[in-house]
Amino acid sequence: MKLTKALLSATALCAAATTAHAVDLEVTHWWTSGGEAAAVTQFAKAFNEKTEHNWVDGAIAGGGSTARPIMVSRILGGDPMGATQFNHGRQAQELVEAGLMLDLTDVAEAEGWKDVVHPSSLLDACTLDGRIYCAPVNIHSWQWLWLSNSAFADIGVDVPANWDEYVAAMPALDAAGIVPLAMGGQAWQSSGAFGVLAIAIAGQDAWKAVNIAKDADVAGGEAYAKVFDAAAAAREYSKKTNVQDWNQATAMVIEGKAGGQIMGDWAQGEFAVAEKVAGTDYTCLPGLGVNAVIDTAGDAFYFPKQDDPEVEAAQKELAALMLSKEVQVEFNLRKGSLPVRGDVDLAAANDCMKKGLAILESGNIMPSGDMALSPDTSGQIEDLMTEFWSSDMSAADAQAEYAGIIADAD
Amino acid sequence: MAVTDHGVDHARREYAKPPIKIFKNLSSKIAAIPMILTATVIFIGCSGWTIVHSFTNSKLLPKLDFVGFDQYERLWSSRRWLISVENLFIYGLCSLVFTLVIGFLLAALLDRKIRFENTFRTIFLYPFALSFVVTGLVWQWILNPEFGVQSIVRGLGWESFTFDPLYNSDIVIYGILIAGLWQGTGLIMCIMLAGLRGIDEDIWKATKVDGIGTVKTYLVVIIPMMKPVFVTALVLIASGIVKVYDLVVAQTSGGPGISSEVPAKYVYDTLFGRQNLGQGFAASTMMLVMVVIILIPYVYLQFGGKKDQ
Repeated sequence: MKLTKALLSATALCAAATTAHAVDLEVTHWWTSGGEAAAVTQFAKAFNEKTEHNWVDGAIAGGGSTARPIMVSRILGGDPMGATQFNHGRQAQELVEAGLMLDLTDVAEAEGWKDVVHPSSLLDACTLDGRIYCAPVNIHSWQWLWLSNSAFADIGVDVPANWDEYVAAMPALDAAGIVPLAMGGQAWQSSGAFGVLAIAIAGQDAWKAVNIAKDADVAGGEAYAKVFDAAAAAREYSKKTNVQDWNQATAMVIEGKAGGQIMGDWAQGEFAVAEKVAGTDYTCLPGLGVNAVIDTAGDAFYFPKQDDPEVEAAQKELAALMLSKEVQVEFNLRKGSLPVRGDVDLAAANDCMKKGLAILESGNIMPSGDMALSPDTSGQIEDLMTEFWSSDMSAADAQAEYAGIIADAD
Repeated sequence: MAVTDHGVDHARREYAKPPIKIFKNLSSKIAAIPMILTATVIFIGCSGWTIVHSFTNSKLLPKLDFVGFDQYERLWSSRRWLISVENLFIYGLCSLVFTLVIGFLLAALLDRKIRFENTFRTIFLYPFALSFVVTGLVWQWILNPEFGVQSIVRGLGWESFTFDPLYNSDIVIYGILIAGLWQGTGLIMCIMLAGLRGIDEDIWKATKVDGIGTVKTYLVVIIPMMKPVFVTALVLIASGIVKVYDLVVAQTSGGPGISSEVPAKYVYDTLFGRQNLGQGFAASTMMLVMVVIILIPYVYLQFGGKKDQ
């Protein structure tokens, strides 16, 4: 009798064990540069070690604009991956509305995301009708100016402390054969840099009026005219860049071939891979040193709906894991981004990350362009900005065009 | 088409028995069903679906929410689209003229019974074996001012030499044209050469007897005789022009700025990158219209005449 019981319970245990099959979960993302790849490996390691499932890496090279169409068409075409990266905001909005994404509300409640995710706007960007559909994994902000200390040493000028000093040093850099401002040729880079200049020069209120309230009068007005003038002046000093990818432009700053670059804090990952030290080799100025404010853009993972309950369980495990304390620290240190949890200790963070954390703490934050504008509107702005940065288009013409786009924005 | 014609002839010959037309040549009709379905459902059906949805404000997912001609208004006021159309026009015209002229000249030269003809033919045709992406990348490197043609010429001592078409908004489309010609001319040359070989030796003898010069023979005798070959070449070149996309993506990705954008790229970017189906469909409908405008006179010339005979 006892033996039978033992046998029975043993089989029951076996059955229980086999129901939780190991699932191969394909995760697509566009993190392919050195720093990014090092960061995403942390997710894969944690997922493989801490759960019985396997991380199948689906990196798509070429940046978000190449990767997103592939992801969207796979989801729409009935070949959904296990999990996929998007920038949280409006990129996946319609997919969520069409019911193609897994509802993560129960995971969020079990893990207490509402209490730990800071700032809460990150979770709002994942929420639709009170349900949560994505797991934010990091905070990225665009508002950074990266300066090469060696380039400024070459021309015998102190490293600038703000945008105006930097602009003043540009002619000297140019004369010394150093590209004053590195600007990659991809459209999103010129568009992003313009957004940064807008916040720094026109101020937060004007930026919000344009991007959130879609006020075309402000976009065509005085404050923005200054931004366009500043951009027109800066583009003259960025013409010799001749590279496409953002990390190649960052490499110019790392090697001291360029004075500086306006780029988001993901650039930090590249400095880290090149083993440069913040403060001695390079300097970072949040908000261009003028207006210390950062936006809270970032990456989030969405989990396309699958019919298989086992896959669904694995997806939820991954979602919970991505926001766990340990993984957040490991991931964000390598990525150069800020963690989405307010309650983790980033003692290992470097100078620049600490600056970012302090700003985050002070609450001087704002929503990102991705959250405020639809991909369609962002695309139109990108077209305009890339044309503006690469041609002799006058500031006034560009501004008129820009106001038109904002007036039509949805 | 050929199958049904054949069926009709067959029916006429056996006029005595009243035939049930639909069962004639049943097996060939069954065999044609997949093609008929492909043509009606995929080509006509999907084109119709696209045109209908171009009048809606569909974003990421198609919706039947009609907005009239709004998408077209936005399309034709978008500078990127206008530049795209202009580029396609320049690229198309130059590509058509240069491919035909260079292709024919090369073929005519090879036809003069030169030595190593096989070798030259292979060399000229070889670029066609490369995809547009590879072609684009190769020419991106060749035209790169830092280590391409410009730096080589400067290295030879001509310091002020400037040749950077891919980095100059005004001439970037010609940089793409060079790559397109390099890739496509070989095939046209081969087709022309085949056409020239099809010309009877006696024609040459006759013109020689009449004392007509070589060049004049080509212009007034040979070329008119090669009309079908030219039509084939024209169709091949034209289809290559409208769909030009990968070459641009590989060489410049539309840059600098938006100065080398082409319509196909606009369609792809708005459909997928910008999640704006309505706008993308409007652009692709305009591309269809452009093709139809070119095609109608051609179809009329090619097939319209036959009915009168």
